Amino acid sequence: MASLTHKDLLGIAQLSVEDIQLILDTADALKQVADRPVKKVPTLRGKTVINLFFEPSTRTRASFELAEKRLSADTLNFAASTSSVSKGETLLDTARNLESMAPDIIVIRHSSAGAPHLLSKECRSSIVNAGDGMHEHPTQALVDALTVREVKGHIEGLKIAIIGDIAHGRVARSDTMLFHKLGADVWACGPATLIPWEFHQLGARITGHIEEALDSADVVMMLRLQQERQTEAFVPSTREYFNFYGLTRERMRLAKKDTIVMHPGPMNRGVEIDSDVADASYSVILNQVANGVALRMAVLYLLSGHAPLRPRKPSR
Amino acid sequence: MNLIFRQGTVIDPSQELHAVVDLGIDDGRVAEIAPRIRKKARKEIDARGLILAPGFIDMHVHLREPGREDSETIETGTNAAARGGFTGVACMPNTRPVNDSESVTSFILERAREVSKIAVYPVGAITKGSEGETLAEIGEMKRAGIVAISDDGRPVQNNQVMRRAMEYSTLFDLPVIDHCEDKDLSAGGCMNEGYYSTLLGLRGMNPAAEEIHVYRDVMLARQTGARVHIAHLSTRQALEIVRRAKKEKIAVTCEVTPHHLLLTHAEAVSYDTNLKMNPPLRAQEDVDALVQGLASGAIDAIATDHAPHNINDKMLEFDRAPFGIVGLETAASLVLDRLVRTGKLSLERMIEAFSSRPARILKLDRGSLAPGCWADITLMDPELDVEVRASEFFSRSRNTPFAAWKLKGGPVMTVVKGRIVWSNGVRS
Repeated sequence: MASLTHKDLLGIAQLSVEDIQLILDTADALKQVADRPVKKVPTLRGKTVINLFFEPSTRTRASFELAEKRLSADTLNFAASTSSVSKGETLLDTARNLESMAPDIIVIRHSSAGAPHLLSKECRSSIVNAGDGMHEHPTQALVDALTVREVKGHIEGLKIAIIGDIAHGRVARSDTMLFHKLGADVWACGPATLIPWEFHQLGARITGHIEEALDSADVVMMLRLQQERQTEAFVPSTREYFNFYGLTRERMRLAKKDTIVMHPGPMNRGVEIDSDVADASYSVILNQVANGVALRMAVLYLLSGHAPLRPRKPSR
Repeated sequence: MNLIFRQGTVIDPSQELHAVVDLGIDDGRVAEIAPRIRKKARKEIDARGLILAPGFIDMHVHLREPGREDSETIETGTNAAARGGFTGVACMPNTRPVNDSESVTSFILERAREVSKIAVYPVGAITKGSEGETLAEIGEMKRAGIVAISDDGRPVQNNQVMRRAMEYSTLFDLPVIDHCEDKDLSAGGCMNEGYYSTLLGLRGMNPAAEEIHVYRDVMLARQTGARVHIAHLSTRQALEIVRRAKKEKIAVTCEVTPHHLLLTHAEAVSYDTNLKMNPPLRAQEDVDALVQGLASGAIDAIATDHAPHNINDKMLEFDRAPFGIVGLETAASLVLDRLVRTGKLSLERMIEAFSSRPARILKLDRGSLAPGCWADITLMDPELDVEVRASEFFSRSRNTPFAAWKLKGGPVMTVVKGRIVWSNGVRS
């Protein structure tokens, strides 16, 4: 098995199918760490990881931090509000300062698309993109793929419906590219104001009708309305949005019987998803969160130059 | 005679001249063009293998002085222009303060007299402070020396204000240069709206934002009789609107930049902020249409939109960095190598687009080498090997997307009113 040849994980766009399989297989192998009484392995002992978060984040940041700790790395957390960024320091200067502390990996979340790419050009450390503006969120997409593969056994040939705010969602971009690369039939669904018409070039079929997207879907991925990124009105009201795009129990009947519902979070109940759907048995939303730690462990592990792990039991 | 260029290839579209001749200069003016001038001059230059063209005029330049002398000054900007083969530049009014009054215009011309070796033609603001509300003192600025009006960079959004500006401009026979952009439609955008903005997660600028304003300007020009010049035209549809307007004899002209002729929005995948400009780089079909439009003459002029930015301002996240790139020191070589050498553009058309057309649009007594005209001359060596080295620019800024490009052909000497203001090792 080849090892990961990239210095950084900037986006799904740069990954080959082999890279993706390697990361998912490694994550499968690392999942068992969570089942041990002592949930820690010494793999990254002596390595330093900096979490550089310029945007608020709960689950991604917690997930990275836990992954780092379970790998025994030394971690340092920088939040924009507490660092000198609020005093007018530029991103590059912040990064160069951190770089002089000789970290091995910098995990960055930033509101500007391309911020991790800027760092990668200037830093020796490996850069992990934990979400950049409306661009990519590669680890979340890999978590989604891991979860689908875990439940469905495979990804190729599945109909995956991504429903909601496609335009402003970085998860929508990364998910679409990832599932397309893995051979799934990807549908992007939402009002025309929230889907750039070029989105089909990333590998998705586009529809404005949720019924068409849900029809015989194997996987339903709900995305929230990114109200904080919307500078103008894209939908008349959240009520009308729910009427036309909300995922309800009734609409779920259109999908396959064994369909699963995913949501990268945070959820807006009653806006894009009904509570009884979010909490139903076909919802794997909490599996996504659990897999997040293993997947991020795999990414950190592979970027530190380690040889691939063989999964204890072969992936299904 | 003061100066004779011996046996250069003089290409002057204004007199349909393309011949190997001697060109003599006296008292700053062209004295004689002949197969062989028998007289001797105080200085003689062997111009064999070189092209002599009417002096290039860049009608769209930002010199940043007054206000942002850390990015460019009138001195460094005009030195860069001379090195790029330009004998004159029109400088946009978005300085600090804005060139919206006689006193700022006079300051610019005063500074230019002190430090510039080439001609500086100030462009005045359309509205006070370029705020788009009330007309600037256009008549007084004209008296002080402006050659056109424009709210470049902060285009007039209110159609009624634009109409009044056009009406008023006819009194002083000034062209109205418009940076066409509907700011609502392009709000928050930092690159062309299309596949690449979608891929890169950057907010897009809809091409229709430009096209709507081009159409507005054409309609208002038809009504008011004003002369409208569309700055840095960048889309196929915008060109189509201009082409139709010209067919209807509406007084509209337009310019295109070298970067819009050579680069597409696909370049932005590097997130290099030297690929961020306004209007943004567009799609391949736009580039193809612009090259064809320039070749056919539908696009009148080539202008650089030279927009220097201090490196600190550009070393930012893509969406936070300012728009604009420098262009004075690369324009001629880029066009020679990538368009003329590849056969997409004739040398005559290139020279016309760099000299006589801008001169005609701005009504300058330049752009011709006919005897009696001012001897503003651009000399080019079509075989010169050029490598773009940003660190060696005369400009104070380095923000070019063409760094390390290898090009063939370029300016080797710049002559203003018979005086050599810059030369690069030409034998004499």
